[in-house]
Amino acid sequence: MQLAQQEQAAVAPPDLSAKQSWRSVKSLIMTGLMVASVAAVALPLVAVVSAVLRRGLAVVAHDFPGFFVNEIPNIARRPGGGMGPAVLGTLMVTGAATLIAVPLGVLGAVYLHEYGVKNHFSRLVRFMSTVMSGVPSIVMGLFIYIVWTLHFGYSAFGGSLALACLMLPVVIGSTEQMLKLVPHHLREASYALGSSKSRTILTVVLPAALPGIVSGSLLAVARAAGETAPLLFAVGAANEYNPHLFEEANTALSVQIFGNATSSFVAAQDRAWGAALTLVLVTFLVTLAARVFTARIARKR
Amino acid sequence: MELDLRGSKAYADRAFRWSAAAAAGLVLVVLGLIAITITGRSTPVFRQMGVQFFTTTRWSPADALFGALPFVWGTAFTALIALAIAVPISLGMALFMTQVAPPRVKRPMVYLMDLLAGVPSVVFGLWGVLVLSQLFGLGRSFMTAGIILAIMIIPIITSLSREVIETTPPGDKEGALALGCTRWEMIRAAVIPHSAGGLVGAIMLGLGRAMGETIAAALVIGSALGQITIHPFAPGNSMPAVIANEWGEADALHKSALIALAVTLFIITIVVNLFATTIVQRSMKKAQGL
Repeated sequence: MQLAQQEQAAVAPPDLSAKQSWRSVKSLIMTGLMVASVAAVALPLVAVVSAVLRRGLAVVAHDFPGFFVNEIPNIARRPGGGMGPAVLGTLMVTGAATLIAVPLGVLGAVYLHEYGVKNHFSRLVRFMSTVMSGVPSIVMGLFIYIVWTLHFGYSAFGGSLALACLMLPVVIGSTEQMLKLVPHHLREASYALGSSKSRTILTVVLPAALPGIVSGSLLAVARAAGETAPLLFAVGAANEYNPHLFEEANTALSVQIFGNATSSFVAAQDRAWGAALTLVLVTFLVTLAARVFTARIARKR
Repeated sequence: MELDLRGSKAYADRAFRWSAAAAAGLVLVVLGLIAITITGRSTPVFRQMGVQFFTTTRWSPADALFGALPFVWGTAFTALIALAIAVPISLGMALFMTQVAPPRVKRPMVYLMDLLAGVPSVVFGLWGVLVLSQLFGLGRSFMTAGIILAIMIIPIITSLSREVIETTPPGDKEGALALGCTRWEMIRAAVIPHSAGGLVGAIMLGLGRAMGETIAAALVIGSALGQITIHPFAPGNSMPAVIANEWGEADALHKSALIALAVTLFIITIVVNLFATTIVQRSMKKAQGL
């Protein structure tokens, strides 16, 4: 029995834990810092979202659903009123931007991936499109002001042009990623049946990539709906309903938030919070739609 | 009999090809047009001020004096504060998601990042001006703007860093662990050296975003004129914030000065983005062994 114990002691591995301790403590500290950085990200997000929910809900619930349809008061200190014209404006500006940017972006990505994968032109376009996605939105707004608003005046459509410029590189990038996922044998099968290249792209490749393209585009739409700076120059500032896409100044939720945020009147600040809640809801719904589409592809594969 | 593959369909085919090429070329056209039009519109102020636009500090539209130096400084200063806050947090987050978190924990982290990236900048601005600036005596200042910008650029730096870090060959990591490295030593020995280049690129892209961000900065920076200071709690101004705040009541020459600020901003962000994109692409290619 004693012998067995001695043997065990001899075989047991040398204890290294004392020497290792500082190294493993350091590793633990670093892991702790990484966890802390997660908290540092979550904290402001929770703070922002809870502030928008709390203060926005108080405003919206006070007059529900009137807040989403009523006109914006022209006198800032007057309480009440709603964000109806801004909701309509945001939908019009973003909708028209989507109609411009998504077809062009998808077509551009089709060229990059289906026709000119490796030629110089598409390399240049791919590179410049990454660069273009970094152009500050305010520069885009001034650009549209110079080429459109100076000649045709304020309109919702001017804002759409600016947002379309911002969306274009995003749509190109995400669509090209989705086209890469379409298996090659689908294209070959279509060619073997005698289809031309354009027919193959339109009837085989694009339908196969459709869910991914839709979800990528929806994320770009959600981004664009929250943009403010380009709209300041192109859309103007109105407080009334304006259903005309090409005529007269319009407004949008983001522009209203910007205008009311620095107001010293509580009524205006309240409207800003209400508009912020509305805008967050709009972007959230669009993002959710994108998630559903993405989940659908994931299930298919 | 020979099969005719070049019927009328061939024209449709070629037309489709060319329209696709035109759509792709639109990117180049728009970028070129931006450069030409905004530079053209900014000439009046450069004719008036010359190089002094960049070297003097007095910005007084009423006297037709436009010295943009304080705003250039403000843009750089807020962007640096934002980077100082965002870089450690983003890298920590990226390392946590790639090296520490099990897949079950990783998924909600990805959602967290998507949510943060999805909040419109004007909403951050609203929160910054009505909530954050009331806390800790921050006021409207360089610091408040820096914090808000940091929150806004964390998602992009984190997601790019993650992509770069994930290209570390598992063999390198396993080798380090097999030699007895702790997790942190493994990260220092295998992960960081491998992805250093790409991380620099990711940080530079974040810098580009921070400098161009307009609305949140315009709301919280304080709109002080002529301040060149390293005091982070002083109110200041940045190029995009000046454009957004002064555009409404600007006359022709003043508008031209604001467009000149946009030109400056455009050039700076383009240069930063060109560098960053090149660095990221190169390191990704190297990682894939191409």
